[in-house]
Parts: sequence; C-alpha cells; structure tokens
Amino acid sequence: MTTIPFTYDINDDPWVLPYRGTVGMWCLILAESAMFLIFVVAYIFYLGKSLSGPTPKDVLELPIFDTICLLSSSLTIHLSVHQFQRRSRGGFVGWLAATVLLGIIFLLGTAREWSDLIFKHDFTIHTSLFGATFYSLVGLHATHVAIGLLMLSIVLVLGILGKVGEEQAHRFHALSMYWHFVDAVWVVVFLVVYVIGR
Amino acid sequence: MADSIPLSGIVDLTPDEEHPRLWLQVMHDWIVTVDHKKIGLMYIAASLMFFAIGGVEVLLMRIQLAKPESKFLSPEQYNQLFTLHGTTMIFFVAMPILFGFGNYLVPLMIGARDMAFPRLNAFSFWIYLFGASLLYYSILGGKGVFGGSGIPDVGWFAYAPLTENGFSQGNGSDYWALGIFITGIGTIGTALNITATTICMRCKGMKLSRMPLYVWLMLVTSVMALAAIPPLSAAQIMLVLDRHLGAHFFDIQAGGSAVLWAHFFWIFGHPEVYILVMPAFAFANEIIPVFSRKAIFGYPAMVAASVGIAFISFTVWAHHMFTVGMGAVANTAFVLSTMVIAVPTGIKIFNWLATIWGGKIRFRVPMLFCIGFLFQFTIAGLTGIMLGVAPFNWQLHNSYFVVAHFHYVILGGIFFCLFGAFYYWFPKMTGRMMDETLGKWHFWLFVLGFHLTFDFMHIPGLLGMPREIYTYEPGHHWGIWNMIVTIGAFVQAIAVLIFVFNLVRSCFKGKLAGNDPWDAWTLEWTTTSPPPSYNFASEPTVRSRRPLWDLKHPEEPDWEYELGTENEMAAK
Repeated sequence: MTTIPFTYDINDDPWVLPYRGTVGMWCLILAESAMFLIFVVAYIFYLGKSLSGPTPKDVLELPIFDTICLLSSSLTIHLSVHQFQRRSRGGFVGWLAATVLLGIIFLLGTAREWSDLIFKHDFTIHTSLFGATFYSLVGLHATHVAIGLLMLSIVLVLGILGKVGEEQAHRFHALSMYWHFVDAVWVVVFLVVYVIGR
Repeated sequence: MADSIPLSGIVDLTPDEEHPRLWLQVMHDWIVTVDHKKIGLMYIAASLMFFAIGGVEVLLMRIQLAKPESKFLSPEQYNQLFTLHGTTMIFFVAMPILFGFGNYLVPLMIGARDMAFPRLNAFSFWIYLFGASLLYYSILGGKGVFGGSGIPDVGWFAYAPLTENGFSQGNGSDYWALGIFITGIGTIGTALNITATTICMRCKGMKLSRMPLYVWLMLVTSVMALAAIPPLSAAQIMLVLDRHLGAHFFDIQAGGSAVLWAHFFWIFGHPEVYILVMPAFAFANEIIPVFSRKAIFGYPAMVAASVGIAFISFTVWAHHMFTVGMGAVANTAFVLSTMVIAVPTGIKIFNWLATIWGGKIRFRVPMLFCIGFLFQFTIAGLTGIMLGVAPFNWQLHNSYFVVAHFHYVILGGIFFCLFGAFYYWFPKMTGRMMDETLGKWHFWLFVLGFHLTFDFMHIPGLLGMPREIYTYEPGHHWGIWNMIVTIGAFVQAIAVLIFVFNLVRSCFKGKLAGNDPWDAWTLEWTTTSPPPSYNFASEPTVRSRRPLWDLKHPEEPDWEYELGTENEMAAK
C-alpha cells in the first residue's frame, strides 16, 4: 500500500473556532453563578427565621449611591474595551481608570455599611441566621469585586506603562466579561437583600 | 493489520534519541510538566494510589462486618473508615481518574496539540493532590482545638448537624470540608479546561457533529461539573463559617436547618453520580463499536440522550431525601423526575445493544468489561428505579439495599468501563499491550467477586440491616449474608491485585503495540504509541466521524455516506 496523505484537499473554508479565553470565562461564570445561587437560596430560605437579633428592616439601608456606581462601571468597562478595539490608548486607559475608581467607591461603601452594622448595631455573622446569610452573601460578592478590581488595576498599570498590546484584546475582553458578571450578581443581591428582603 | 498502513504523512516516526538521565531530572520533568498526557497519567497514577487506600479501608470494614458482634474495629474507627472510604472513592479516585483519562484523550481525539490552558491543567492536578493529601493528613494531624479526633467521621455526605462544633469536636469536619473544597477547585479547573479545549481546539473539519462520542460526553460531563461542584463548595464554605466564625447556617439551636444541608449536598450529589457515569458511558461508546466492528448505532440519539441526562440530573436530587418529610407534592415531583431520567439512560443501553447486534464481535478484555458493564448497569438501573419510588424507598432507605444499589452503579457500571478503558488505551499510553490472559483472570475473578459481594448485599438490606452500623446482633440472620459479602470483597481484591500486577509488568514486558493495535477509528490511533509531546506532527484534517476508517478504506470512506450538504456535494 502506498502512503496515503492524511490531509485531504477539501474546500479551504476558514476554520474559525471561538477564543478559548472567552469560553473559559463563560465556564467560570457558570460555576460562579451556581455558587452564588446557593448563597442566595440560603438567604431567602432563612428570611424571617432568625430566633433573635435585628431584622433586615431595622439595620439595612438602601445602598442607592453604591449601586449606581457599580452598575455604571459596567458601562465604563464596556467603553474601555470599545476604545481598546479602536486602538485609542487614551480612551482605553481613561475609561478603565473610571471603572477602577467606581469599583473602589463601591467597596468603600460596603466597608462603611459593615462597620456601621458591626460597631453601631452590634450586628455580626454570629448574631443570628440573618447575620450569617447576610455577611456571607454580601461578603462573597464583595470578594469578587475586590478580585476584579485587582485584575483591572493590573491592566490599568500595564496600560499606563503602554505594555498592553493588541494581542491582549481577547484577554481584556474576557476580563470585562467577568466584571459585567460581578455587576449582574449585584443586581440579584440588591434585589434579594435590600428590596425583597427588607 | 492496521499498523501496516504507513502513516508517515502524520507523524515523524524517527525515535527521539535516548539519553540516560538521572531520576532527579525525570522527576523534575514530571513535576514541571504542562503536557496534557503527562498530567493525565499523573491523575491516573494518583487515583490508583488512592484506590488502593480506599480498598484497604473497605476490606477492614468488611472483616469487621463478617460476623456478628465482632470486635475487630472500634465504633469510632468504623465511622472514620466509612467516611474516608466514601470520600476517597468519589473525590480522590473516581472523579480524578475519569478526568485524568479525559485529560489524556480529549486533545488526542480532537486532533489538538494540548489542552486550551496547559498551566491551569497542571495547577488543577496539583491542587487536587494537595486537597486529597490534606484530608489524609488528618490521620497525622493533632487532636485539634476542641480535643476530639482529627479524622473525619461524619460520612461522605457529612450530614448536619453532626458536623457542627457541638457534635464534631475534633478537626475532622474541617479536614473534610477543606480537603474536598480544595479538590473541588481542581475539578472546576479541569472541567473548564476540557470544555474550552473541546470548543476551541478542534482540528480542521472536526465539527461538533463529527466529534467522537467520548469527547462529546466529556464535554457534557465537564459542563455538569461546572454547575454541580460549586453548590458543594458553597455549602462547605457555610460549614466552615459555622465552625470557625460562629455563623448558624446548620445550627439547629439558632434556627438553622439540617435539611437545608441535605438539599445542598444532594444538589451536588446527584449530578455527581452522572458526572461519574458519563465518562464511563464515554468509554463504552468508543470500545463497543471497535470490538463489534461497526460504527456506533444512533450517534445523534446518543448525544441527545447525554445532554438530556445532564439537564434532568439537576432535577432529581431529593430522591435521596424521601424520608426527611418533604411532603407528598415534593416527593411525587422527585419520583417523576427520577423516572424520567431512566428514559435517556435506557436509550443508551438500547443503542449499545444495537451496535453489538450483528457485529463481528471480538471478545478481547476491553469488550468483556463493557459487556459486564451493560448487564450490571442495567440491574443497577432497575434497583435505582425501585428506590426512586417513594413508598418503596421508605422501607429500604439507609439500608444495605441502598449500599448494594449504588455500588452496583459505581463498581459494576463505572469501574467496569474504567477497567475496559485501561486495557483499551494502555497500549496508546505506554506503547505496550497489557497481558490478555491475566486480563481475563482479572475480569472473571472480578465478576465473581463483584456478584458475590453486591448481589448478596441486597439481602441483608431487605432484611432490615441499616448502613453505617459497626456491628450487629446475631439474632437477625444477617451474619451468613455478610460473610458471603466479605468473601466476595476479598475475591475482588485478588482480582485488583492481578490487574495491578498486569499493569506494572506490561509497562516493561508487554508485547509492543504499534500505533493502532485494535484497528480503531479515532484520531489518537494515528499517532505513535506513546504519542510524542506535540501529539501530531502536522495538524490533521477530518471529514467524517471515523477519520481512521477513511484513511484505511479510501475506496469507501465514511464521508460518502454521512449526511450533510458539504460531504454530499464533495462525493458527487
């Protein structure tokens, strides 16, 4: 038998598959969603079942300003990605800096809320079921914001130094997906904890 | 024979020059590697090590249970052993070994050179090994701040409130929660990696509709793992918050709910069963056609059934909880969803039978194990349907009938396919065949031991013997059945020893395999055995589901018969 060429001469349609980082980020978002879902279910399940301690109505205030900041950071990161694709370094760095700033304001808001709860209302994770579910759910989200901010800051520093090349476009886009996800989770947390839960 | 087909178009066949190397260099190569094949082999090796540990644990338990009022183990030791056995076998053996095979095979089968994220792959493996070691470190670890035993003794499902500080005073529950949590990170990493690899790394022409069923099922498994493992991780975070920061998630005295833990655990736990069985189905999907000399029957139905199982598996979890008092409506809903999931599973069984039907069957060891799987998995499914009926379940819940049922699934189903996979892909991984005679000894002894153990284990269950008791009184007539079960366990142990002996011996003395010892059809058999680190010298292009068939039979390639406009037009 003669040697058979393994590569056939077939039509040379371009063989394009999705970027692996994007798919990987979707996978991460699926996994994270499942995890948040359990914490949200626990929060709703234990609503009003605390045997002692304050109720959500007593201690929680609507974090309107923080919410506006975090949700608008989704817009700024989108603009930053858009400017990056248009190869405008100034726009990319500027909008990214705005995103990081808005994220920091949000985290500071959460910090202020927690310190009020702990020191003024003497309300901790140990107080009641409400404390356990509130701090774990909001804390898990804040952890995700902090991790996102860390990654965005790294990109920001590299962007200012001019070290983010065009080949990083896919990666930056994947990172922006993560940030959008963190914002979307906040919509759920806000509705469950501050609107329905109160 | 197939290996007479020259494949020089595909790989560079000149062997690498062999240099004698220090073992330290070899170790270094394995530790720093990001090659999916080496990582896959390390997964398999580590899992086999834990398989041996988990096996010894169960033998100790079986010695204890062989006769009534035995004093071989203390109650505390018995609790620790069944906890370690269950946890080890699920998290440190079954899942990593199945993902290990996936790691090795998926890139080869889709014509890729590595996984999508090679470094994440290495991280996932080492974090798994760290988590598993952490759990076993509990044996060495001290008594903990609360002064109890350090070894977990709460069962593999760790039901609340037994895990709370008041009842679990050592650090056992912490080791359990953190060890499994860390292993879970590795599992999520691997699942993410396999999903991205399958979607983004396929070679030219490898459309989703042409992917080998093995890859399809690993994709489904991985997506399931992405959705199923995080609920367990979330519950474990809550448990650790309870134990160390004084939260009250599962603290009944503060209004917490023990049933919520059961829900969270089984929301993970039932999809987990399918995460384990799906790769086993995947092995059967590759082995049965090759040894029946026919293409798989009903490829689209197989894919649809797998995706169907994946979705339904997230709706059946509370059939583990019929006795907690969920009420008639919830019980009925979960009975129905449990009945529904039997349908796509049945479709698969019929498709395998139709593949074998009329085939030119070769009864080599991989095929023998797959046929054992078909019989045993069907029986396991039938007892599963029995237990899925709530009133029947009320009679037998937490009895040895349940233990017999799920060991039938895991050992009789999953491990039979897994052993088949070892015999089937061992030649590709090492370049040498496993010994056929020893393999047949392994198979027949294992079948004998398996049926001695698990057929007869149903009976004490029907007679009312509860699971997780360290001993029993002589008056129940359970003794004789338990003795038979214990004898069967040792027969299985002998069979596994033969397997391990065969595995080690064949690495050095096995017959040389060549590229394609089974005359198979998927891409991994086109490259050398073992494959070079780059897998394929040039990227393959495929036109059908069986690229190697097309290569061997240019006069009647598959793509002429495959539906699809592009191929039909090309054929004209």
